[in-house]
Amino acid sequence: MATLKINDINKNFGKTEVLKGINLNISDGDFLVLLGPSGCGKSTLLNTIAGLETANSGDILIDDYRVNDMEPSDRDIALVFQSYALYPAMTVRKNVTFGLEQRKTSKEKIEEALVNVSNLLKIDSLLERKPSQLSGGQRQRVAMGRALVRDPKIFLFDEPLSNLDAKLRVEMRREIKKLHQKLKTTIVYVTHDQTEAMSLGTSIAIMNHGIIQQCDSPKVIYDKPQNVFVADFIGSPSMNLIKGRIIEENNNLFFECDSSKSKTNIPLKNYKFVQNKNLKDKSVYFGIRPEHVYLNQNSDQSFEIKLKSELNEYIGHEQIITFNFNDQEILGKFSSSIDIPGNQEINLHFDLAQISLFDQKTEERI
Amino acid sequence: MIWLKRNLPKIVISPSFALLVWFVYGFILWTLYISFTKSKILPNYKFWGIDQYFRLWSMDRWHVSVSNLFIYTSLFLILCILIGIVLAILLDQKIRAEGFLRTIYLYPMALSFIVTGTAWKWILNPTLGIEKFFIDIGFENFTFDWLITPGMSIYTIVIAGVWQSSGFIMAIFLAGLRSVDDEIIKAAKIDGAGVVSIYTKIILPMMRPVFMSAVVILVHLAIKSYDLVIALTSGGPGTSSDMPAVFMTQYAFHRSEIGLASSSAIMMFLTVTAIVIPYLYSELKREDGKK
Repeated sequence: MATLKINDINKNFGKTEVLKGINLNISDGDFLVLLGPSGCGKSTLLNTIAGLETANSGDILIDDYRVNDMEPSDRDIALVFQSYALYPAMTVRKNVTFGLEQRKTSKEKIEEALVNVSNLLKIDSLLERKPSQLSGGQRQRVAMGRALVRDPKIFLFDEPLSNLDAKLRVEMRREIKKLHQKLKTTIVYVTHDQTEAMSLGTSIAIMNHGIIQQCDSPKVIYDKPQNVFVADFIGSPSMNLIKGRIIEENNNLFFECDSSKSKTNIPLKNYKFVQNKNLKDKSVYFGIRPEHVYLNQNSDQSFEIKLKSELNEYIGHEQIITFNFNDQEILGKFSSSIDIPGNQEINLHFDLAQISLFDQKTEERI
Repeated sequence: MIWLKRNLPKIVISPSFALLVWFVYGFILWTLYISFTKSKILPNYKFWGIDQYFRLWSMDRWHVSVSNLFIYTSLFLILCILIGIVLAILLDQKIRAEGFLRTIYLYPMALSFIVTGTAWKWILNPTLGIEKFFIDIGFENFTFDWLITPGMSIYTIVIAGVWQSSGFIMAIFLAGLRSVDDEIIKAAKIDGAGVVSIYTKIILPMMRPVFMSAVVILVHLAIKSYDLVIALTSGGPGTSSDMPAVFMTQYAFHRSEIGLASSSAIMMFLTVTAIVIPYLYSELKREDGKK
């Protein structure tokens, strides 16, 4: 249970800058998810927090105490690895208690901690086995047990679920969430899986190219992405981004789609701009998520539009339809119980309460 | 054609397979039979019972060979593995010019035991090598004459053998150390283990299969060692550094006692079997159990 502050961390490997001025503030009991594509620096950041890598500049503070120059073992953190990193030659019992033994904890305390953790994670029947005799999910539990048993200030998770199959992953995800609700510890969790990030995190920091693009609650990240990268990264299929510009007619702002043929102007009078200057004639992306394209009017800010359906992808519980919007593609996500004919003009409703606009030049939200 | 296609692998392999069966297993059986005969310079196929074994075990020279074999094998094994592990761990510290150093340590393996033996014969020769060197630089009472001291000459063979083979063992262990997942070492660091306990408690216990390869390679090298002994001491002084392989060739080809030599060969064969097979068996079984 602790707070974690990261102040302006920079990290280079040779000439490659991996982390460029990272700032994070994690309060006690927070579950922060570092999310980003591979190579964005999220694992490096985690290793820097753990002390396995040293930052070139910047400070890491655990409970307001600077830990930059401390050994990983002295930082009172625990790290769960992607490969679990269990010690193959030791039994589960030894794996879990190794850290405590290295810290010269008394035998009674070790035994007590072991019993607690093994009951909590339901690994008590596995204690005498070797890691090679465990299934993936069991190894995952043991790896978490090894972290939990020391009762550290901060838990770090490095893509802990990515080696599990899809079904087990969902199961373990729920267990991690339950565990966090029960123990209320501070957690930093690295993943490239947005579903994992959305469902687990109390806040999500989206990283790309060594920079934090946005750090907010999952809901804010989903509803109000800060820039094109975040908009594109979160959501599956990702947000439709339609090129066009902002025009002004009769003192009202409209979005006009880039097109030689027809003119479709979408009213923006209810859109909450970040700032109101220089909006006229700005080249922008009009962003709308596929799930916010509806077949019938269900919001007072609905905008009705007729589009031609071009492609239907059926994926069981839902279907994804590709429409042609002035020669740009726009995807819609619908329940698969609705029958949508192909190659036909269809009446659609955009929910304008849920749109985002981005500057084409800076790719920032406007 | 289909018949040919299906059986081509078997056809290609069968000549070498037949040769292997005849020249290895066939001659093991032949030697076994000869050891039960009275053969002298030429094989004599009349069965004579196990008298050659009684003769063998009543010979002092055989007893010397056998005890030398145990001294040599155990020291050779332990020292090679110890030195090999230490070198491998030192090389594993992400040092500069690692490839260069690795080659240096591995090069003795490229020499034949005859060259090693001859070189060490000069190095250990009291009037040419180390002893002379120390006397020349002023330590006039320095003596290092194991090569010509009956009870100690076997240890010079150990020195030369270890020099030759420990680099190879290092290479095997280095490969093993490199296969250890980085995350395991990171996990151990976070668990608070120091460098020494990371190696002794976590990494070396993971090296069990490597130990197995090393032991099998070293034991068979030790038991069949012949050329090193011949080049370094020729079994001398006297017969004090004799080894079973030397004993066997001496009796088979110089003293015209094929029967006796065969019985000694069978004893060596049984020794290898007695040491290696149970070890292999237990290790392989353990691996099976894992899966």
